[in-house]
Amino acid sequence: MKKLIAVFSLLAATLLSSNWVSAAADLDVNTPAITAIKNSMQTRHNQLNPHYDSGAVGLTADGLVAVRDATAVPLKDRGGINSLVAAENSDRNALYKEIAAGNGHPEWAGEIRSTFAGRWVDKAQAGWYYQNAGGWVKK
Amino acid sequence: MKKIGIIWALIALIPACVTINIYFPAAAAEKAADKIIDEVWQLKPGDEPPATPAVTKPAPVPAK
Repeated sequence: MKKLIAVFSLLAATLLSSNWVSAAADLDVNTPAITAIKNSMQTRHNQLNPHYDSGAVGLTADGLVAVRDATAVPLKDRGGINSLVAAENSDRNALYKEIAAGNGHPEWAGEIRSTFAGRWVDKAQAGWYYQNAGGWVKK
Repeated sequence: MKKIGIIWALIALIPACVTINIYFPAAAAEKAADKIIDEVWQLKPGDEPPATPAVTKPAPVPAK
């Protein structure tokens, strides 16, 4: 009888502790490094937003952005569009890497990238373009 | 004799505690991604972006 109680209490402790562990599985995205990248992206979004709207820039399947139609970029912005996109992609790559590393699992960077790729597209506005297997698709 | 059985049961339970940390936390990742995307794109909580079709097929979606 005593042994049975001991086993059951250990079982209960296991179940309770695994609940505690799954709460700890939440990803921390408030590290200084991640916050810095996020702020940089937030600032750049003001410049990118019109290009998403015009279809000049679209979301790629690997969580980055790409110039879809350079002719849709107004002349005054055309010179800087490639470096704008490159800077955004540099931040995005760093973001995925930093979230993985910051949570102690650098090997998760690829899966974090895939997760983001899906969420960017899901949250994109109507009329924005994204890539899927066949090519560019308008939302 | 019975003691061996209990010991094996306990040994079988221990990996369950570690399993959480080995597999990629997809739900937590999605939550983190949403949080960051909302801030980068300045999305308001009330915004309902149009649903992304899983396979691209021509329009009609049952209208409300």
